[in-house]
Amino acid sequence: MVKRTCWFLLLAACLLNAAHAALTIEITEGVDDALPIAIVPFQWSGPGPAPENIAQIITADLNRSGQFEALPEQDMLAKPAAPKDIKFNNWRVLGIPNLLIGQLHATDTEDLVVEFRLFDVFQQKQLAGFRYRTKPGQLRNIAHKVSDIVYEELTGIKGAFGTDIVYIKKFSNKDPKPYRLYLADADGFNEQEIMRHHMPIFSPTWSPDNSQLAFAMAGSMGQGVFLFDVATGKSPVRITPREVKASAPSWSPDGKKLALQVLENGSADIFIMDVSSKKMQRITKHWSIDAEPSWSPDGQSIIFTSERGGTAQLYQYSFAEKKIKRLTFKGRSNLRAAHSPDGKMITFVHLSSNNGYNIAVMDLATEEMRLVAGESNGESEHESPSFAPNGSMIIYAANYLQKSTRSRKTGLVAVSVDGAMRQHFVDNGIGEVREPAWSSFLN
Amino acid sequence: MKPVTKLVVAILPVLFLIACGDKVVKPDEESAQGDAVIVDDGSGGVTTLDSSEAERLADELGAGERLQDAIEAGDGLEAGELADVIDMDAAIQDMKDLLAESKVYFDFDKSDIKDDYQDVLQALAEFLVANPEASLVIEGHTDERGTREYNIALGERRAHAVFQFLTLQGVGQDQVRTVSFGEERPDVEGHDESAWKWNRRAVFIYTE
Repeated sequence: MVKRTCWFLLLAACLLNAAHAALTIEITEGVDDALPIAIVPFQWSGPGPAPENIAQIITADLNRSGQFEALPEQDMLAKPAAPKDIKFNNWRVLGIPNLLIGQLHATDTEDLVVEFRLFDVFQQKQLAGFRYRTKPGQLRNIAHKVSDIVYEELTGIKGAFGTDIVYIKKFSNKDPKPYRLYLADADGFNEQEIMRHHMPIFSPTWSPDNSQLAFAMAGSMGQGVFLFDVATGKSPVRITPREVKASAPSWSPDGKKLALQVLENGSADIFIMDVSSKKMQRITKHWSIDAEPSWSPDGQSIIFTSERGGTAQLYQYSFAEKKIKRLTFKGRSNLRAAHSPDGKMITFVHLSSNNGYNIAVMDLATEEMRLVAGESNGESEHESPSFAPNGSMIIYAANYLQKSTRSRKTGLVAVSVDGAMRQHFVDNGIGEVREPAWSSFLN
Repeated sequence: MKPVTKLVVAILPVLFLIACGDKVVKPDEESAQGDAVIVDDGSGGVTTLDSSEAERLADELGAGERLQDAIEAGDGLEAGELADVIDMDAAIQDMKDLLAESKVYFDFDKSDIKDDYQDVLQALAEFLVANPEASLVIEGHTDERGTREYNIALGERRAHAVFQFLTLQGVGQDQVRTVSFGEERPDVEGHDESAWKWNRRAVFIYTE
């Protein structure tokens, strides 16, 4: 497939919006056949300037997906805000098949009303139209919701623009608290620091209902797994027993249990723990390392990394059969699997025979493996891959050349599952951004 | 023998072995020790040639024996002043400082203790056996390669290998405890073997 390097730097979106983006997104590879769309600036009716540029947020979302190419505002021949104002010919001549128009109104109360319509230009037909009543602080979320609807209407895949990501930032060891856990919108805006600590924080993961984050800490205060309640925002609490050296949490699909990597007598094994009773149940017992469990979305199996065959490879434990089966055979080793939301695929770290770390995907039905990122992409030190909630993208951490500054940086990268589209989440701070985890769809 | 003398007698050969026998020079220390020559034997084991005299002396030392030689060759203490001059706090502080510098290095993805470190660990075990009130934390570390959680497991294996060595020599299980930092606390920053070989290590923290 011919790839095109387009790299939009979406700085404008940050400059014009009050909300601050801690991570800005640079698209480094986009698809050739991106779908053209016109997103007309939403008409504002109310006092003073519009509180948010909704069209701009939607434009940024859709361009960032790599599957759309929004018509620049200056190329528009008209800027209709209501269906009666649309002259389809104005768009047809530009070869634009899809048109989004909308309005933002003030009301008697503090509330605002957002309405939008999506049209098929060639069939002159409305594909979708919605009206929302909302609070001023929610306008970014509403804009992401519009992006989700447009994306799903035109691609058939559920949009994930309104989701959140968590990640770790590691600052210099001279910093008294170099480990920080962050939460942000999937477009890098609204970053919030959850906690900072002098001991390592790692392996953050969302509970299936997005209400809680589990993560691990190591060090002299005792290794263990902690929970952060996203809704209340209270300080994280240790949930594994103090004497148990646990890490690598992975939630059961019902959110009641965690699969864990537990260190005992120098050996790591897989256990599951009931979150409320804290009862531990051993899953594997082997003198070699068993690590990094990922619970399947159907709840029936756990995939983990094991060295039992001599090198680190992925194995699958089935609860029904109580049997362990080896899944990977290619390359020097394969580590740290994460399931796709539909459970049909896994993504993992693949160490090739020349010692390069890569990100791979495997179809669990065919057991066919494919690389989606590696040194051929100008990246190195790939780690911690996980799927976006709609299964279309994989997010991971790697060291890469930042296009805008021409310097190397360790940060987050997202790549489409087919490998065609790639984007860097550029952090302009000094920390190293690592271990991203994408939430599931938010309600 | 007074308890304090017994402790010092036990401690000094350990200090000396750690100070001399296992002295390694890291890249960031090279400028301060310009004449040091690092010899990499290819297995990841490293010896320095700048202290051959001290090494020879260290080799001759048995635990608790030839104390006089050790002191004379070591840190300038007058032999006759031994029991009275050295106070416990200073000796323990030295122990801590030297333990902080004493590290056991490992090959990539391995946790077996190489022969180079047997003497030091033997001496350390004897010290801990002689001083059951003393205790240590063994920290296990890895290089940056591989995944974080796997490295937490590997770091623990390395710390546990040292733990096993010591406890097999009679050290009480409650005297030593293990902590893994995985790849999180590299000793030397860098993305190739020249840094990695210093980061695959077990280190000791003296606790009271």
